Amino acid sequence: MSTAAPSPPEKLTKKMLTADHPTWCPGCGDFAVLAAFYKVLEKLQIPHEKIVTIAGIGCSSRFPYFVNSHGLHYIHGRALPLATGISLSRPDVHVFAFGGDGDGFSIGGNHLDHCARKNVNLTYVIMDNSVYGLTKMQTSPTSPIGYKSKTDPTGAIDQPVNPMRKLVASGASFVARTHASQVKHMMEMFERAIKHPGFSVVEVLSECVIFYPGAFDNSIPRKGGEFEVIDERKWDETSEDESRHDVTDFSAAMRLSEEASPGKFGTYYEVDRPSKNVLEQKWIDDSKAKLGGASDKEVLQARFNQMK
Amino acid sequence: MTTASAPSPSDASTRSSSDKLKDAVIRLAGNSQDGIQTVGGFLARLAGRTAQEVMTYMTIPSTISGGPSIFQVHIGSGEVLSPGDDADFLVAFYQHSYKDHISSLRDGGVCIYDTDEVEPDLTDRRFTFIGIPITTTTIEALGGSARDRGKNMFVLGLLTSIFDLSREKLTAIIDRQFGKKNESVLRNAMLAFDAGYSYPISESLGRDYGIAPGTMEGDHRIATDGNQMMTCGLLAAGVRYGAGYPITPWSPIMESLRSELPKYGGLFVQGEDELAAVSIALGMAYSGHLAVTGSSGPGLSLKMEALSYAVMAELPLIVINVQRGGPSTGLPTSVEQSDLLQAIYGSHGDAPRVVLAPQDVEDCFYIALEAGRIARKYSVPVIILSDQAISSRIEAFAEPNLDEFMVEAELDIAPRDESFKPYPLDGLTRHAPPGTPLTGGIYPVVTGLEHDEWGHPTANPELHQKMTARRRNKLIALAEEIAEPEIYGDAEGDSLLVGWGSTYGPIREAVDRMRSNGEKVGAMQIRHLNPLPNGLDKSFARFSRVAVIEINGSGLYGCGQLATLLRARYCDPRIQSVTKTDGLAFKIREIVAGVENLKNNA
Repeated sequence: MSTAAPSPPEKLTKKMLTADHPTWCPGCGDFAVLAAFYKVLEKLQIPHEKIVTIAGIGCSSRFPYFVNSHGLHYIHGRALPLATGISLSRPDVHVFAFGGDGDGFSIGGNHLDHCARKNVNLTYVIMDNSVYGLTKMQTSPTSPIGYKSKTDPTGAIDQPVNPMRKLVASGASFVARTHASQVKHMMEMFERAIKHPGFSVVEVLSECVIFYPGAFDNSIPRKGGEFEVIDERKWDETSEDESRHDVTDFSAAMRLSEEASPGKFGTYYEVDRPSKNVLEQKWIDDSKAKLGGASDKEVLQARFNQMK
Repeated sequence: MTTASAPSPSDASTRSSSDKLKDAVIRLAGNSQDGIQTVGGFLARLAGRTAQEVMTYMTIPSTISGGPSIFQVHIGSGEVLSPGDDADFLVAFYQHSYKDHISSLRDGGVCIYDTDEVEPDLTDRRFTFIGIPITTTTIEALGGSARDRGKNMFVLGLLTSIFDLSREKLTAIIDRQFGKKNESVLRNAMLAFDAGYSYPISESLGRDYGIAPGTMEGDHRIATDGNQMMTCGLLAAGVRYGAGYPITPWSPIMESLRSELPKYGGLFVQGEDELAAVSIALGMAYSGHLAVTGSSGPGLSLKMEALSYAVMAELPLIVINVQRGGPSTGLPTSVEQSDLLQAIYGSHGDAPRVVLAPQDVEDCFYIALEAGRIARKYSVPVIILSDQAISSRIEAFAEPNLDEFMVEAELDIAPRDESFKPYPLDGLTRHAPPGTPLTGGIYPVVTGLEHDEWGHPTANPELHQKMTARRRNKLIALAEEIAEPEIYGDAEGDSLLVGWGSTYGPIREAVDRMRSNGEKVGAMQIRHLNPLPNGLDKSFARFSRVAVIEINGSGLYGCGQLATLLRARYCDPRIQSVTKTDGLAFKIREIVAGVENLKNNA
């Protein structure tokens, strides 16, 4: 064997991705999300150094400490713009943002809308537990009316955010919903999200066993609930296919988001729309082409010449 | 701007007896849609091409369209340091222009007015009045179809004739500006220009106002404003990525970067708000690039939480703040230097970061280079405090030598071995950006939580103490390498005038004026505001008084913002304040009077 031959890249394993032991409470739904994330990365074999995990503030936003990869733990609500900066300036890496319902739908709600609208190429996982856990039981933007918290002792009165409706309406090009108690489904959604070119977002119902136990029992079969998966259109030209969900149909996705709790799980919306990354790169390429290989210094010198 | 030691006051009484003028201050007063800024820009560019010095000053209404606007040009054959206290010439387009600006004309000055619009008080013997039907003459020149457009070019032609400027060079500048649009625009511009140029005005003037040829050295001179020069400085510093949100008067920098960066293979992103903008820029910085964000006062306030993060996480970032009048929405199109303490102390926690200020348009280029150097070396946010005056005024100066100053943009994702630590207690932070293989197999987390050397969160009391000191000590180390600012004028004596930012020129002219009156006066302009250079006290000790000149409020305890810092640093009661908050740049006589006042109250 020639000594010049490059050594084959080391196979990415769950063990390599495991970092600090999570500080989450025993029984927290987020453990399953972390485990599913490891497994999907293992399956997809993304080069270790190209994995970047980003989060804001919250229980679930501790995620980057628990993944042994390049990672950054940012400020409350702003993980998405930070992840945008990485995605746009480093198209060679894979950007994963994690957070909770407070981080994503409340303090960071505006950024979520705009990141979706711009279709920035990254994957965002929202672990929704419908309560502020890190600060110990205040009402969250997805807490249902009547939920008793320390900030709503007589029960929440504000209408909660409907995550699927918000995400589809804001222009996200891949929107899915899954459940931390359904590991196989969760992995399937993560894999599709990661493979999607553009902004992909997955909402995971992830129970807070301390401050909101039983929040999602109506979607856990062993607790008497129903976990109903979206029957996606297969385009098999059968008559029953007509009634299945077309993931490219915006109106159908909006209708699906209006279903009463617990609603359906799966891919609500998935369209191919040029990402901001692609559109910006086109502008860069066009600009460079017009300059015919001029160096940076020559380009700046030309600008000075215009000031003479 | 070159440094000349000989005083060259613009005061008319001290002009040399030769028949050519050394300098002239021309104020054009009209409405913002009249294109008087264009005329000012042409004159400034001409000065650059004829080895003359120029400084301009303009006001823009903060309304969307229309409203009174002025452009003042101070053009001279020697060094020009300020836009000039009083105008030698006023060109009044409208009655309101005349009424509002006749007081800015010096005694003996010339008021040229449009007889179609203005009825001046001709009994006012202080001034020479010359009425010209600017509107109708322009319409006639353009064949009656252009309404009142082209008046600006008519006036430019008129001024070219009055001041004996180079018609040939101006025509070339006009040609380049308008030739890009279409032929008819250029033709109309030249018709109006020639009508003004050939207008018989010399008899009415009674004397020759020709300006002497320029004496500034060097063939390679450019003329532009501070925002454009800041943009060029960032590009030369190797900035290839950035993000911002529109706000006056910062927007022109982000607009230029948005258009320019793709040519360099980079990208500037418009964020949905200021918080997104600074966060996107920090994402770019974390990715291994030298990145920039910017804003004006209100926007800088919104970025404060993220800047505190950048200090804690030790990410390099250039942050531009083009200051305007505050607080709150304040005076969006006026000058003020009231964001200094916000820039240094505005974030929560002990969050030391670097603050710099350019002293004129040319210096915007070099201060951006310095910001890039410091941000890279110390992995720290660097705030540049420009201001509305520097951002919008046009100056002519020697073109920077790019062979010397161009910095290559680089991305270092070479593998790091197991000894890598993002936050070493015994060294400076060198982050491993995403994409960097960590051969030891352990990847770093960049964090806003207090952390150990590897980035792991910790609330260990000893570590918080050590890490806080580490973040502070790198600025203390930086202070060691900053040269003490030079002193202009006398190195010892009565008063040392200390300034920062755009007051540089007016302070120097004030020193010239006071020295010509026999006083022993010096000036020091501070470009590094946090950390301050070491050893300022040695210079202060050589003067009876240190007068800190700033465009901000005198505070609850009688000190402006820099004066407050200098007093805290040196506990020296000789440090005193000359401040004002009228939204206008300092006039020379205001500085002289302010220092005089300190003397009298001593």
